[in-house]
Amino acid sequence: MESIKKHFTLSDKLILESGQKFGPITLAYETYGALNGDRNNAILIAHALSGDSHAAGISKTDDSVGWWNSMIGPNKAFDTNKYFIICSNVLGGCAGSTGPSSINPLNEKPYTLSFPLISIGDMVNAQICLIDHLKIDKLLSVVGGSMGGMQVLEWFRKYPNRIHSAIPVATTMKHSPQQIAFNEVARQAIMTDPNWNNGDYYQNSSPLKGLAVARMIGHITYMSDKSMAKKFGRQKKIAKKDAKFTADFEVEGYLHYRGDSFVKRFDANSFLYITKAMDNFDLIATDATAEAFTGTQPKVLVISFKSDWLYPTYQSKEMVKTCKLTGVSVTYCEIDSTYGHDAFLLEISEQTHLISHFLKNVYKKIDKPL
Amino acid sequence: MKEIIPLDYKIIVDLIPEKSSVLDLGCGNGELLRLLNRKKKVKGQGIEIDAQAVYKCVEKGINVLHGDIDTGLSEYRDNAFDYVIMNQSLQQVIHLEKVLQDALRVGKSVVVGLPNFTYYKSRLQLFFLGRTPVTPALPYKWYQTPNLHFLSIFDFSDYCRQKNVRVSQTVYLNPKHRVFLFPNLFANIGIFLISK
Repeated sequence: MESIKKHFTLSDKLILESGQKFGPITLAYETYGALNGDRNNAILIAHALSGDSHAAGISKTDDSVGWWNSMIGPNKAFDTNKYFIICSNVLGGCAGSTGPSSINPLNEKPYTLSFPLISIGDMVNAQICLIDHLKIDKLLSVVGGSMGGMQVLEWFRKYPNRIHSAIPVATTMKHSPQQIAFNEVARQAIMTDPNWNNGDYYQNSSPLKGLAVARMIGHITYMSDKSMAKKFGRQKKIAKKDAKFTADFEVEGYLHYRGDSFVKRFDANSFLYITKAMDNFDLIATDATAEAFTGTQPKVLVISFKSDWLYPTYQSKEMVKTCKLTGVSVTYCEIDSTYGHDAFLLEISEQTHLISHFLKNVYKKIDKPL
Repeated sequence: MKEIIPLDYKIIVDLIPEKSSVLDLGCGNGELLRLLNRKKKVKGQGIEIDAQAVYKCVEKGINVLHGDIDTGLSEYRDNAFDYVIMNQSLQQVIHLEKVLQDALRVGKSVVVGLPNFTYYKSRLQLFFLGRTPVTPALPYKWYQTPNLHFLSIFDFSDYCRQKNVRVSQTVYLNPKHRVFLFPNLFANIGIFLISK
């Protein structure tokens, strides 16, 4: 399956949740499969912190494989023979959508820190414009893991009449202090890199070291103790002579590799803006009560992973509890996985089973209502 | 091919009025909820601890929560459901009394289906063979049973009387038919419709 990145520019400025009007905004997006005549088979995939619009297929420009390719395609969980799949890069991102590295048309320079603070809600409000542009009245489902799951919850709370179902995976209604702490350490790694230069580095060297360290911290939290032990053990690489503090262990080499490859495709300022949006996300606080889901009709499938300690299952159970208290129809499954948070990208067969059947049943009801 | 519906499922489906909201505790592979959806158009929700059974429920389009009954139940509001069903699951929970009280709080009515430990075949096995009985309603060997509480139809009736639980309907079954005479002896399953 070949994939092509498209771009959509909002017709108006977007009113951000902070009250500020901001624009122009462009979103990069990809689509897979075909929209049917009734325009009721569309599914929006929301990506995580470091993801982008290239969710599936082989990119026409650089041959890269989409980040959820094992889940999206013909006869896969998101079956492109049946459904029309959309994935857009978030507002604030750096893979084609407007973000701090984009050019401000007023001065023809990158926004850098003049880019406004954005929220998960702003990302979703921009997505709504794309869905309107595609002339889709109601999505069959909105799906995402990690930060993608936060966007799913935001859709569910704000636009329940625009979705038939929601699938939040390995996510939370709000970050815990532990999650905020990890993000803050990652941000500090970037901001203490002298090259960061208060965000103004696009003409000079980028804060690659800081961004790489930020990513290394991330990767520690995405794996579990067990999956690390299994993958690396205490295996050592061949050590260089006379060098004292080199990356001797396999796990060190892996983290360096992950950090170094990340900086080639990600912008440090985007990392700061997006992690801040995640930390500020609080689904319930914005409505002040646990009534966040009241009056909503969409069906919900919540998925969590046993060994995920970054987004622990108790956070998914909190979502389920909120659904219970507000009478929302909900299905919840805790998948027995040892992969940690990464499981949402790796536990394909269980997720495929749950998601494909769930979608099939939702689709059956809307295509042939009782 | 005509599908074979277990007798206790038939009885429970008959007990539940159309379009009720139903919570099935320990819903297994979701067969009873599927039947209730189809025949009574209920708004159904299941809770099940076994992951494989949860996958089976999702296949059937049943709303199911993966988890244990104890914590699963306590999070609901009072009278959140018209009916809470505990078919062959009450005898398997650790904190039976707490779960039963919670079920009576969450459901306007509760349907309890229990294996009768004093079914005559159990008594015969106990008396003549001197071994823990194995019957269609209690099909497990002593070392494999998930059951934690062994009780008779009389035991449960006594309990309801003592605790002021209202019993509005009872149905007794043997493996093939309804039982009307001496149920504590001739029925291997007792189904109780109870409320506070």
